[in-house]
Formats: sequence, structure tokens, C-alpha cells
Amino acid sequence: MSPLQIKQGSSKHSAYDLRDPNAELIETHTLAVIVDNESGVLARVIGLFSARGYNIDSLTVAEVDHLGHRSRITVVTSGTPQVIIQIKAQLERMVIVHAVHDLTVEGPSVQRELALFKVRGKGEARIEALRLAEIFRANVVDSTLESFVFEMTGTPEKVDAFAELMRPLGLVEVARTGVAALARGA
Amino acid sequence: MTRQMTGAKMVVQALREQGVEVVFGYPGGAVLPIYDEIFQQNDIRHILVRHEQGAIHAAEGYARATGKPGVVLVTSGPGATNVVTGIVDALMDSIPIVVLSGQVPTFMIGSDAFQEGDTVGITRPCTKMNWLVKETDKLAETIHQAFHVATAGRPGPVLVDIPKDVQFATGTYVEKPKARTDHYAPRVKGDIEAITRMVEMIETAERPVFYTGGGVINSGPAASQLLREFVEATGFPVTSTLMGLGAYPASGKSWLGMLGMHGTYQANWVMHDCDVMLNIGARFDDRITGRINAFSPGSKKVHVDIDPSSINKVIRADVPIIGDVGHVLEDALKIWKARGRKVNREALARWWKQIDEWRAVDCLAYKPSATSIRPQHAVARLEALTKGMDRYITTEVGQHQMWAAQYLGFEDPNRWMTSGGLGTMGYGLPASIGVQIAHPQALVINVAGEASWLMNMQEMGTAIQYRAPVKQFILNNERLGMVRQWQELLHGERYSHSWSEALPDFVKLAEAFGCKGIRCDNEADLDDAIREMIAYDGPVIFDCLVEKHENCFPMIPSGNAHNQMLLGEAETQGVIGASGAVLV
Repeated sequence: MSPLQIKQGSSKHSAYDLRDPNAELIETHTLAVIVDNESGVLARVIGLFSARGYNIDSLTVAEVDHLGHRSRITVVTSGTPQVIIQIKAQLERMVIVHAVHDLTVEGPSVQRELALFKVRGKGEARIEALRLAEIFRANVVDSTLESFVFEMTGTPEKVDAFAELMRPLGLVEVARTGVAALARGA
Repeated sequence: MTRQMTGAKMVVQALREQGVEVVFGYPGGAVLPIYDEIFQQNDIRHILVRHEQGAIHAAEGYARATGKPGVVLVTSGPGATNVVTGIVDALMDSIPIVVLSGQVPTFMIGSDAFQEGDTVGITRPCTKMNWLVKETDKLAETIHQAFHVATAGRPGPVLVDIPKDVQFATGTYVEKPKARTDHYAPRVKGDIEAITRMVEMIETAERPVFYTGGGVINSGPAASQLLREFVEATGFPVTSTLMGLGAYPASGKSWLGMLGMHGTYQANWVMHDCDVMLNIGARFDDRITGRINAFSPGSKKVHVDIDPSSINKVIRADVPIIGDVGHVLEDALKIWKARGRKVNREALARWWKQIDEWRAVDCLAYKPSATSIRPQHAVARLEALTKGMDRYITTEVGQHQMWAAQYLGFEDPNRWMTSGGLGTMGYGLPASIGVQIAHPQALVINVAGEASWLMNMQEMGTAIQYRAPVKQFILNNERLGMVRQWQELLHGERYSHSWSEALPDFVKLAEAFGCKGIRCDNEADLDDAIREMIAYDGPVIFDCLVEKHENCFPMIPSGNAHNQMLLGEAETQGVIGASGAVLV
């Protein structure tokens, strides 16, 4: 694709912010939401998304600071620029929310997901699955004579790609954790 | 010094420390320990309502008339679910409300116990914050936090769910100053750079307007004072949403009347044609904007709001200012004065000339009726005969509410309580009781429609019990007037279920409750009847029989722009298109 064909809003890694706040263009953003770790907090955040009709593409949550009583919710969401701004404002005003980081606009970030794949097969397909797993740096964490369970970490795109390749080779089940993300740098 | 006491005692002590004087509530199994404590003290007055919905609307009325948080005490299960409508109402209209609900004991939660309900689950999406308190040691601090969250920033409802065993158990009382509240500290000071840009726009504006909302009222009386000073000093016209009436006096020379769907002709034209819109504590509600893409197309918009999520939610703000209205107005006024109090006088004079032409349309004019009472006339006479009195007005929801907003003049903030955002029928009667409890000597009138009023009429019992002399001014058209109006405009005059075939005799109803009933069915007797209502020392149910098919004008039909107002019956044919018909 030539540089001239860059679509507005598709340039999150560009030095220029080409996004028009009024454009009806759907963007995907990864938000890190730091919340009090107390009962009902996840329901509160999810409830906001469902009540206002926002999308959740992926969601992970776990306590990250036991002493400080904090959990980190990583949510991948999509919407128009106006909706994304609104989602952040709605999250920020919640009493249990300490901070909202939009990792998509705050600079480069690392995004990782852990996935488990169960692949059933015999003969050539089984060998091919093992070979592809090696290319993708997936580990075998369980094996029978007729199946493997592969474990893999990577970006959601990498997980998708691996799943696509395993499908014809006997993929029977996938478990994914959803995205965990951190900003790059200190 | 650590103070040990039962959870139930803590509740009363925490309320006392928060300066609570009145609690509206209804007892039941899961709150009996708290009621036992209430029985044994005299600092906090408890008002027993007849239905929990009445308790929360009364608390809303109390809160809006005093500026203090309203407190509600209800039992578990049905007690809590019955306040949900009021909680949503308070959330939509930003009213500080603290609901304390009983819950089944902690060891029975989840067992489908008698009168168990997932109260925190049910109220989670409609409170600013809610808590289920599982340890007595945390109870006092949680209640203090609840008051803080309800009143800080944009006010709203909160709920504390207290299991019965937590009420019985003994724990350590945490005093108010020691309660941890710093984690919720919304910003109140606006960004000075943005405020300066607002001042620059004020200095050069040719066709400005102050568009004010409930945020001015919620910010406190000082904010209304600052607004008045700003309006007088600049000579800018000012209009207000339903929620903001009274922030600027209706008798003020810059007053345009309310704006929006049933706003005045001049207010809506000014909004449409202005070049600088100063939104002070309003939220661009759909009743205000009409069709979004035709909303005030030529203006630069300043939006002052304490809630960042209000900014750019509906209408893009050119200058967003996040902060408390009072603080922002104070800073803006200071900067504007320091820069030499500049406004564009010539342009402003031209603008006022144009506004006077719109005013001359006299959009609220109506013809008197020889056969019955025009509802507009009834409200206009109520205004004339109560003007200057220490008066508070509540309303139900519907046509009468709009007529009250159009024909009553509000000179001060906190004098007008109506369900704006949620549009809760049944709000006005209990709200009027809450206002009267706060201001026992004042004249409190609920301008009502008969259908709304019937939704919480049981609260007349509360009014009688506490000698709250509330006046129920019912505009009785034997119809669900606003529904009927929409059916006429939108649904081919097919009046599906919009009239009541079996209304009570309101005068006899008043007598049955033990108060006074007055009926009036013609304009000649109206003034005397209203005077009789005002003079009576006690609650009155006033059955004002009005024109049955009167419509409320002006009206911006759904999906239309501000400059496409209907002014009267002649203009109503085929006014709402298919895209407008799906809107509410």
C-alpha cells in the first residue's frame, strides 16, 4: 500500500494524528483501567458497557497490587472516536476507577494473549501440527496418541493466525485469556 | 478513643454526624434494629410514608429544596426494589440521595431468603456508587463515604445495603473526619486557559446566549448570584432548561423563558440563530436540542460541566470547561472584569431588536374559555395569586408540567422540583411533602395532572399524618394529556388507552383522607377557589376541571429543529415525519 492510501484513523503508529474527531470511522482501542479490587467492580465496568451500548472485543481482569488493593482491567473496545472518548470519560467518573490509560493513543504498547489449542489428529496432519507449532513457538503442554494441547502467547493476530492454520489439521477446542497490555518504555 | 456500638446505633450516629435532620422511610423485617434505634432518640426525625417510592421522591423534594442530601431508609427485597424508580430519577436529575436499605443476614445471602433481593446488583447501574456492608467495623466509614460520593462532583444517588446481622453486631465507630474519602475528588476549578477563551468569545459575540441548566442550581445559591451578575453586566439574553428554572429570575429583563421542545418561541430562535452559546451546567438533552444536525448550526459553543462525560456526549463543544459552575463563573467574571468588561454593544443592540420581534409573537398567548377552564389560564391565575409568596412548586409529569414551566415565574433557585430526565409520573405529590417538611411555613403547591397524581396518591396519608399543608393543584382533563397530544399528532387521533374511565371524586377523596377538597369547573370561580386553597391551613386536593383536548404549545415536533416550532392547532397537520415518529 502506498503511503498516500493511508486511511484516516488507520495510522495509530504514525507520527501524524490523522483522525478526524467527527469521522464515523470505527477504531479499536486498548484501555487499561485501574480499579479498586472489591466485589462487584467487574460487574460495574461491564454494566457500563452494556448499558450504554459500547463494544467489548476482549476483557481481562486480575488483581495486580495486593497491598494497594488494585486490579487492572484490560479492555479492547471499538467505536467511533467520539464513542471512544465517551467510554473513557464514563469510566473515569466511576468512583471505583483510579485511572484509565488508552494504550492505543498514549504511545506504543505491548499486547499479549495466552491461548490453548486442542488439536486431534493422526499421521501426517499430526506431524504438520507439531511443525507449525514450532514455527509459532507454541509449546506442547499435553499429549496423547491422538491429540496435542498447544500453549501459545502472542498478539491476538498471531493467535488468530495459528488457529486458522490448525483448523484443517483437527482443531477441536480453543481457550483464550484475552489481551493483557502494557505501555512500552519506562 | 474508639467507640464500640452496634451497627444499628452506628447508622443513627453517622446520620447525626452528617447533619441529617430528616429521614424518609418505611420499616420492615431487615431494618428493625435501625428502627429500634430511631425510636430511642430525638435528633433525627423519621417521616413514615405509605409506599417506598413516596419516600425517595419526598427525599428528592427535600434535597432540591434545601441543597442537602435526602436520606431514605427502607427494608430489604420489596422495600429496596420500590425505591429503584426514584434512584434512577435522582441519577438522571443529579439529586444527592443516600438510600439505606436493610438486607437479610450475611449468612442467608444467596439462599433466596424471605424478602431477599440482590439490592446492590439491582441498583448498581442506577447509583453513583453502592455498597453491601458485610462487617460492622466498616459500616460507619461506608456511610460517611456514601454521603461524600452523593454530594461531591455531580450529585447523585448512592445506596448502602446493610444486612441485619451487621446491624445487631458490635463494632468500632469511625468518625466522619477519619473516614477515607479522598479517593473520590472531582475537579471543581475550571482550566483558566479555557475560561479565558470563553471570556474572549463573550467580548466579541454578536448574537450570544446563556443557556443554563440544573448545574447552576446544584452548584448552590452563590452560582445563581454569579450568573445574575454576569447576565446583568453583559446584557446577554438568558434561557434555561426545565431543571435550571429559577437560577435567573423570570422577572429579569434578559429572561427569554424556558427553551426546548415546549420552550418559548424567542428562546428557541435565539438558540438556533446565536453565534456564541454559553452552556452553563446543562447537558444538551434531546428535549433541548431537537434534531442534532440542525441544532444551532452557526454557533461556537462553550460547555461548562462538572461531569467530563457530559462534554461532547451529544453536541461537540468548541470550548469545553470541566468544573463546578460556581467556580467557573467566578473565575470568568474576574477575568472578564480585569480585561475591561468588554462586549460588542452595537451588535448586541441589533440582537435584542431581533429578539424583541420574536417576543412580540407572544407564543404563550391563549384564549379564555367560556365553557370550562383553559389549563394555561389555571396556571397563569395560580401564578398571579401566589406571586411574591414564599412559594415552592413541584409537578407531576406531562402537559401540566410544561404549562407550569411556561406560566409560572421562578425568582429564586431551589423553588422548583420536577422530574426532568426520567419523567416520573407520581413524583410531584411525595416531592411536595418532602419540600413542606423542609419548609413547614412555606406555600408548597404540586401542579399535577389527575393521571400522574393517582400514581402516588396514597401519600396524602403521609401529608395528613405530619400536618404538611401541601396543595395538590390538579389540572383534571380526564386524559393522559401528553399521550393524547402525541396520539393526535402522530397516530391519526386514535386515542389508545389515554383516558381514564373511572376517576375518583377528588373532593370526596380529600374528605376520605381527612383533608379539604375543592372543585372548580369555570373560569369565573377560579380565583376565589385558588384563594380558598391558599388560605386553608392544611392539605388541599384541588380538582380543577380543565379543557379536555387542549394541546401544549409551542412544540418542536420530534426530529425537527428549533426554528420549526408549532405555535398552535392550525399548524399540527402531518408535522412529524417517519424518522421523527420513532423518537420519543
